[in-house]
Amino acid sequence: MNAVQDALDALCGETGVRRLTVEPGRDRRGNPEPVAPISFSAGDVVCIVGATGSGKSRLLEDIEWLAQGDTPTGRRVLVNGAAPDLSGRYSGTGRLVAQLSQNMNFVMDASVGEFLDLHAGSRGLTLDAARRGAIIDAANRLTGEALAADHQLTELSGGQSRALMIADTAMLSTSPIVLIDEIENAGIDRHQAIRLLQGEDKIVLVATHDPSLALLAPRRLVLAGGAIVDVRRRTPQEELLATRLATLDRLQERLRNDIRTGLSLDAYLSDPAVPTVPTAKENA
Amino acid sequence: MKLITVAGPPACGKTAVILKTAVELRGHAVHAGVVKFDCLATDDDERYRRHGIPVQKGLSGSICPDHYFASNIEESASWGAREELDILFTESAGLCNRCSPHIRDVAAVAVIDVLGGINAPRKVGPMLRTADYVVVTKGDIVSQAEREVFVARVRDANPRARILPVNGLSGQGAFELARLLREEAPDRADVTGSRLRYPMPGAVCSYCLGEQRIGSAHQIGNVATLDLTSAGGTP
Repeated sequence: MNAVQDALDALCGETGVRRLTVEPGRDRRGNPEPVAPISFSAGDVVCIVGATGSGKSRLLEDIEWLAQGDTPTGRRVLVNGAAPDLSGRYSGTGRLVAQLSQNMNFVMDASVGEFLDLHAGSRGLTLDAARRGAIIDAANRLTGEALAADHQLTELSGGQSRALMIADTAMLSTSPIVLIDEIENAGIDRHQAIRLLQGEDKIVLVATHDPSLALLAPRRLVLAGGAIVDVRRRTPQEELLATRLATLDRLQERLRNDIRTGLSLDAYLSDPAVPTVPTAKENA
Repeated sequence: MKLITVAGPPACGKTAVILKTAVELRGHAVHAGVVKFDCLATDDDERYRRHGIPVQKGLSGSICPDHYFASNIEESASWGAREELDILFTESAGLCNRCSPHIRDVAAVAVIDVLGGINAPRKVGPMLRTADYVVVTKGDIVSQAEREVFVARVRDANPRARILPVNGLSGQGAFELARLLREEAPDRADVTGSRLRYPMPGAVCSYCLGEQRIGSAHQIGNVATLDLTSAGGTP
């Protein structure tokens, strides 16, 4: 293969990036970014919040680009505590950040199995039946509707597609960092998805304003005006809130499944998980 | 002045990439302009003008747009120099994948979008294979795996090139492209006597000369015949 690729594989292969540090730069007006250097370790889950235009994508670009004071923010990104080798910046492959977002689709005309083989092949790997099966099993643990190797990609449901993308990114992509951008709850178990990515030693960044997803992360980076303006740690109260929100998520999922299978939802009225807000009719 | 040839299949985002890059360049006080080549019609010159980017357009009409490019690039470069541009982009029509506008010792950019399918990097011939920079667009709407497979195929087709993802809508990646062009593209205000990196197709048949009738009786000149003697082979 080529030398640049080898160098990049060495830099960010499965075991390469243990810790990534973002040293502060400037906001859009040129004021210093008011935070200390922020480190991410393999297996970390960190939430990124901020309005559109607050600088979320620039932060990710800085990480992707391994910025060395040479981007508009002036940030520096360190890998394992040191300035990284930049030779891989333009190789195009083995990039640092893998991305999973709402508007992503499969456009390939292939079966699930062929798709996984192609992805592995693009890295020079041959996928044995066991590994391929393991990825499909992992996807099936994330979604209620089972998918199989011979299903066509273009015929998968939204939930199945997202589940396969997550399992594939966790287990076949070399990128040590995964950004999850506002991924929808419907059809997949997002908690399980994040555990899968963590388990594969990824650094998981979650850009979301969905409270139950945001509270999965022990840290939240708050962005505004092009800078990281605060790093919030999840409080014990928020943790408690998270478990309650998780109950609501599970309830929603059960409701969705029952609707899908054609069942009546009457029994849910007396379900303890359903909040008991009196209806106008009951008040009368 | 730096001259930069930009080529790529139709609707892959060439104009958006050039626009975003030119705007980034302006932030570094680098004055960029564009000569847009197209075949029958284009409104892209208006898009450039709206962003305050000096632009000329050339419509090739009944002539092969790539040949039209080759016979007009010398004057285009002179125009850029007269406008006192720091960078002149030429944007080609990108109609057939056989041609390539890239010139030796002139920075060459190929733009290709991931929606063209994973075999596209092989099908898009010399305009991608001989480019210095390959810009991959529309990556935000396909899966991570397809992006990775696509980029690996681009690298197979052109192992030398620098490969950069650019989002033509948000401009993500344009900052880096602008910087590479500023730092690396050679100064070439005059291309008189320069050579194309890859020859245009051998042509000159009766159809090049305006023939409209079908049939071997009407074919003269450089004509290639498809071999249809073997069985079709139904699967």
